[in-house]
Amino acid sequence: MSGRHRTLAIAAPFAWMLAFSLAPLAIVLKISFSEATAERPPYAPLFEMGADGGIAFQPSISAYLLLLSDGLYFDAFLGSLRVAAVSTFVCLLIGLPMAYAIARSSPQRRNLLVMLVMLPFWTSFLIRVYAWMALLKPTGILNNALVWLGIVDEPLPLMNNDFAVHLGIVYSYLPFMVLPIYAALEKMDWTLVEAAADLGCRPSRTFFTVTMPLCWQGMAAGSLLVFIPAAGEFVIPDLLGGPDTLMVGRVLWTEFFINRDWPAAAALTIAMLSVLLLPILAFQHMGVEADRP
Amino acid sequence: MTAARAGFPRILLGLGYAFLYAPIALLVIYSFNESRLVTVWGGFSTRWYGEVLANERIADAAWLSLSIAAMSATVAVLLGTPAGFALARFGRFSGRAVFAGLLAAPLVMPEVITGLSLLLLFVGLEESIGWPRERGMATIVIAHVSFTMPYVAIVVQARLAGFDRNLEEAALDLGARPLAVLRSITLPLTAPAIVAGWLLSFTLSFDDLVIASFVTGPGATTLPMLIFSSVRLGLSPQINALATMMLVAVSLCLVVAAWTMSRRKPLSL
Repeated sequence: MSGRHRTLAIAAPFAWMLAFSLAPLAIVLKISFSEATAERPPYAPLFEMGADGGIAFQPSISAYLLLLSDGLYFDAFLGSLRVAAVSTFVCLLIGLPMAYAIARSSPQRRNLLVMLVMLPFWTSFLIRVYAWMALLKPTGILNNALVWLGIVDEPLPLMNNDFAVHLGIVYSYLPFMVLPIYAALEKMDWTLVEAAADLGCRPSRTFFTVTMPLCWQGMAAGSLLVFIPAAGEFVIPDLLGGPDTLMVGRVLWTEFFINRDWPAAAALTIAMLSVLLLPILAFQHMGVEADRP
Repeated sequence: MTAARAGFPRILLGLGYAFLYAPIALLVIYSFNESRLVTVWGGFSTRWYGEVLANERIADAAWLSLSIAAMSATVAVLLGTPAGFALARFGRFSGRAVFAGLLAAPLVMPEVITGLSLLLLFVGLEESIGWPRERGMATIVIAHVSFTMPYVAIVVQARLAGFDRNLEEAALDLGARPLAVLRSITLPLTAPAIVAGWLLSFTLSFDDLVIASFVTGPGATTLPMLIFSSVRLGLSPQINALATMMLVAVSLCLVVAAWTMSRRKPLSL
């Protein structure tokens, strides 16, 4: 390929990403320093042309002060990080043995098993959450079955609480945990495991001292693929959570669509990005090199 | 490893698949429920399918979503394929780290952040240069390309990293011009990845609720938005039927895709 073609191959996607991925974040930063107004669009200009022809720069930190003044925002951040961390851990607990079992199955069956993990990922996210609503509702399938079987006298409160939010997140993001771990295990040199066994190492010890250190990159990639989006999740807390489920993605949605306070929503976005910056950078660092779905 | 030890992960695997598929299976079963009460079985019926097919709002939203998904998948492939080439083949060009970082970020970026930031960009552009005058299909397509293109780039990059470069070098040694090599060797070998990337982008776009909700305007209601507003009010037998139809459509597409890919296998030796 000639130099001109190479330049074009990089320049076109690069320009697109700069314009529609990076520039928007700069604009969010700008608007987070604006004053909220009742106009259209509902924020005051940050730069204003003065009567003398000069440009006045009028930053305001009122949006950030609002975030600090109300404990609700802080609680929402804590709530999101807690839910995301717990869900990531549960995903790891379920995903690691699944990936291990797939990697150890016969090569002919492996492709089918991987495809079965990926299939739910290809089906609508919203519909998978909806399927859980039908299961967990007080009059849902699970409760109806439990009452009919006489196991409980009245429906269990399975939905509209933090339990349902965790369940929904684990369910929706599990494939993102299984696939990177599987990819790491598949590339692994299994003769090392055999060597450990030949030398008399117990299987559980082999797993923790040989297998896990060799697939930790898959586990780290999977954990980041679950943790970061889960921390900003809106749909699952909105549909499965209760009124007291405080997660920052939902607060941002409310601030923007219901309260129409754009500077506050922008400041929340900046705060979210700062909190998630480290995990995002870690993911970028390892991200492009590792294979993903 | 003894049989009992090997059995343990296998049982967990079975439970894992049951966990992944049971809710979907129940959703499908209850879509044939006669009763308006979605979770109380009232006999077999296909009436809700008839109601979905007769519902014009659903048809309009589905058509809009399909058009948006087809357009954004196509643009994402046009931009993402060269990006994948650049990552796999161009070595250490200047700005590679920034380029790779920009492509990795959308894979994990929370949707609310992508949605809000793109909307603020569109509003800012409208204020300063008068475009886009109206938000809707075009702004949703732009937003979807931005978050699906990285997936195409990664699939293409992985494919290029996995196949034998000697084929191309042999052709060059035998005097083929670089563009001819690209057309007759590299692109055919990359084709399965491009198809997979297109399908992936299409699915991601068709599925997206949050980003589209931010960047849409009056009059442009996609299928996920319609489903979301209905689901928020509670369960509905029509949604069960619609969901089942979408599941069947996606499964059929995947079977066709898997079949075409397996047919192409001899090429990728």
